[in-house]
Amino acid sequence: MLEMRSARLAVLLLAVLFAGPWLFDDFELSVLTLVFLFASVGMAWNLMMGYAGQLSLGHALHFGAGAYAMGLMITKLGVSAWFGLPLAFAVGALFGALVGALGFHFAVRGVYFALLTIAFAELARILVEHWAFAGGNGGLFLPALTPDNQPLVSLRGDAGFFYHALLITLAAIWLACALLVRSRIGYYWRAVREDEDAARAIGVPATRVKVLAVALSAGFTGVCGAWYALIQGSLFPDSVLGMRMSIDLIIAPIVGGLGTLFGPILGAIVIQSLNELSKDLAQEFSISGLKLIVYGAVLLAIVLFAPHGIWPPLARWLRIGGRK
Amino acid sequence: MNDRRLSSTRRTLLKAGALMPAFGFPGLVRAQTGTLKVGVILPLTGVLAFPGQQTRQGAELAVKMMKDQGINIEATYVDTESKAETGRVAAERLIRDGNTVLIGAWDSGATISAAQAAEAAKVPLIVNVASAPQITEQGFTMVFRNFTSAGQLVTSAVQRIKELPRSASFAPKTAVLTHTSDTFGQAMLGGVKALWDKLGMDIKIIDVISYDVRARDLSVEIAKAKALNPDLMCPITRVNDAILIVREMVKQDFNPMAIVGPGSPGPYEKAFTDALGKFADDYITCVPWYDPSRATAKAVLQRWAKEYPGDRLELNSGFGWEGIQVAADAFKRAGSTKPADLHAALRSTKIEEHLMFGGPIQFDEKGQNNNIGGAMLQIVKGEPVLVGPSSIAQAQPKLPMTKWKARA
Amino acid sequence: MLEFYSNVIVGGLLLGAVYALLATGLNVIFGVMRMVNFAHGEMVVVGMYVGYGLWAWTGVPALAAAPIAALLLFGMGYLFQRFVANRFVEAPQHMQFILYIAIALIITGLHAVFFGPDPRGIQSAASFEVYQLGMIRFDAVRTQAAVASLLLVAALWAWFRFSLTGKAIEAAAENRVGGQAIGIRIPHLFALTAGLGFACAGAAGALVAPMFDVQPYLGGEFTLVAFIIVIVGGLASLPGALVGGLLIGLAEALAATVVAPSMKSLFSYGLLVLVILLRPQGLFGKVEG
Repeated sequence: MLEMRSARLAVLLLAVLFAGPWLFDDFELSVLTLVFLFASVGMAWNLMMGYAGQLSLGHALHFGAGAYAMGLMITKLGVSAWFGLPLAFAVGALFGALVGALGFHFAVRGVYFALLTIAFAELARILVEHWAFAGGNGGLFLPALTPDNQPLVSLRGDAGFFYHALLITLAAIWLACALLVRSRIGYYWRAVREDEDAARAIGVPATRVKVLAVALSAGFTGVCGAWYALIQGSLFPDSVLGMRMSIDLIIAPIVGGLGTLFGPILGAIVIQSLNELSKDLAQEFSISGLKLIVYGAVLLAIVLFAPHGIWPPLARWLRIGGRK
Repeated sequence: MNDRRLSSTRRTLLKAGALMPAFGFPGLVRAQTGTLKVGVILPLTGVLAFPGQQTRQGAELAVKMMKDQGINIEATYVDTESKAETGRVAAERLIRDGNTVLIGAWDSGATISAAQAAEAAKVPLIVNVASAPQITEQGFTMVFRNFTSAGQLVTSAVQRIKELPRSASFAPKTAVLTHTSDTFGQAMLGGVKALWDKLGMDIKIIDVISYDVRARDLSVEIAKAKALNPDLMCPITRVNDAILIVREMVKQDFNPMAIVGPGSPGPYEKAFTDALGKFADDYITCVPWYDPSRATAKAVLQRWAKEYPGDRLELNSGFGWEGIQVAADAFKRAGSTKPADLHAALRSTKIEEHLMFGGPIQFDEKGQNNNIGGAMLQIVKGEPVLVGPSSIAQAQPKLPMTKWKARA
Repeated sequence: MLEFYSNVIVGGLLLGAVYALLATGLNVIFGVMRMVNFAHGEMVVVGMYVGYGLWAWTGVPALAAAPIAALLLFGMGYLFQRFVANRFVEAPQHMQFILYIAIALIITGLHAVFFGPDPRGIQSAASFEVYQLGMIRFDAVRTQAAVASLLLVAALWAWFRFSLTGKAIEAAAENRVGGQAIGIRIPHLFALTAGLGFACAGAAGALVAPMFDVQPYLGGEFTLVAFIIVIVGGLASLPGALVGGLLIGLAEALAATVVAPSMKSLFSYGLLVLVILLRPQGLFGKVEG
């Protein structure tokens, strides 16, 4: 009953949002597009944090891998961008599986696992910074859009196009996560999360299942990275593979709510709004660093007063169920 | 049951509606035909803040001087924080706020990302300072670059270096090149690789050392260079790393015959000469510069001395000034603030009387101004002095450079 | 060539000594209390600003600024631990991470707001000084910083080894319940520990200020270097922090020389990965029970 209600709500929201380009101006559309992007990555990251139970502070690795996969494909091979999406998924998932397999095989936990993910992301960043083929530190630039550009072929268009594209991506990832969680894999994940030893005892292939969680999380993140490349039109290793990006990617799901499906979306909305607000204030008064103070303050407030995020109390207030 | 379902849905929609204003900070699009709204994108904070601020001052001065000539310009400045990817966001913000022509972005990476936004919105972008070839080779139709490309910078630099008087104590045969690994540095390296030998340089580059522009410690890089014992040190730098390079050279007592930068910002800036004092002298760099013999230059210098007495008019402020001049000129001829009209006017720009050394300001079909001249400067007693080409030189270059330990 | 390599090695070791001080501070917080202090680097930056600020306003050299920075950060660390972080000692590690990341972001932002985001360097005659010993050049500023760091690290070791409070802290860290049972005031001790850890970071920052231009965004790098050293050297092992610091300083210098200066962290991160996977207790640490 409760799930039906939240599903119907989601569909309604989706329909309303689809009308976006006729309701908002270009700037608002691009802000919302970023909201959808970060919400999607947030949900993907949540998969790993919530179900493999491991904190990844190096998710920029998968994001950047997907972004560069798409970027290189377009600039070097000149193939349609459509092929870039599955490639980005595959590349992201590959790195995810690598990190997961190494980590779980060597029983790396907690802080150490987080540091491992950071190390891999930093290694990738340094290597790409020196990879002349990918433009190195100087950056990779997608060619300018020609006047006869077909958005459905090149997957690049105006603000309205990207808005719809990311909305569909968000819905697709949301659906995928929801289905996975309710599937047998989802049951295994929950069993492993509750008590790994007991799960193993009843025959759950715990390590393989955890690696799957990490790989899927990374794959979805890679696809989002690919979209980021298409939207930005240019890629720089220290922005797309850097520690700052890793932190940006996880703020939304933490603020919204770990282990929930709506949490990352809510978190992304909150964070992007604060982002825009602080940017405006910063320009107005010529202060830089305001955004960081706001992010830090919000995270601090969350960790002190609402460690499970904003969504659970909000959901209770709205009387919608479906926490997991 | 039904009531509850409806009310919770309605409540959510209301809440979603309440969030809408959070996104809408609508810019006021004022349709004033008398005033041109120009959006200027520059690095005003971060690693590139110093030259960015100088560029801004040049632009602000130009806005005042244009106003005296009856052309009303309203310039808005947005900071890229010295990060390449914020160029696009800055451009989008300015366009949304009603600016119909953009100027920017000083740094090659930020300029390209701003160009993408300008291209998408069909708003012309005048490039004040940025040399990467991609800016005019990517197929952008909205870009007008009033600065040299990396290739042009290197070509004129090589020309100036060839013209340096050789003597018994100054006959360089070898050189070590250092460069930053960002878009600018890589573009310059590409230019040097392609053109150095082709232009008949008799000096051999024995090694190329690259480093991150954000590096805080260049001791290893300079040690490497010193170990090779080159006659010339050729750094392609920004301000902060130029300071670090000279400081390390002093500490390690590395005395080449001369330090000659083939086209980079840094050494002529006040931050450099202030930080290094007597150690800044004798550093040579080959960059575009203002032509002191021009009437415009005399007028600008006079006004500059009044408005910014402590500062120095140099490459950044000069091109910052010219960027506004180009926009104002197009505005005057187009008679409208619409981007399309300005774009057409920019295409047919031909400004004879302007500030920087070189022929008239004109843009070819790719948006590049090919008439910008390259000068050579040497720091003398803490001030940049023109030492080449002979048509505008104010002094003869001091070669070889004074050894560090011999400096008073 | 010999001159080149020996100077590079000396430079790396001198910097490594300062890294050792930095790592000792983290070791005290992370190694002993198991608090994932991801804001350690930001504390170093605070120390750097103290060093820079004192020089800018009073011309005082970095060596004199170090104790002041240490004192200031001791106070900050004590108060922070006592009133905020102590609540998180038993919390899941990802919560601790987020707490410290939040603090790091706030401090970085405050630095940017108050000091501006531009790099600020101490430009004094001392920055050009060099001690010459044969063909080895000892950069004056680096040498002074290294000596001061080693003295501070030694002093801290001695204190932990021989003082009653120091031993109490080690005991309390190893066995919290037992410690409380025999009357050790845990909250106060932990706050003291955090204060010491932050003080090390602050002192390291003030010492490093004349070497590197200070800007608000250096924190992340220092934090990561500190974690790498602590893990490679071994948790809660003071000799580990020293050896680790020197090792990483040396490794970075050699990597810069042999490969490329901008790739110098490659080796450190690679080492981190290997240690995490194959020998998580580090060089000198004890295997976790």
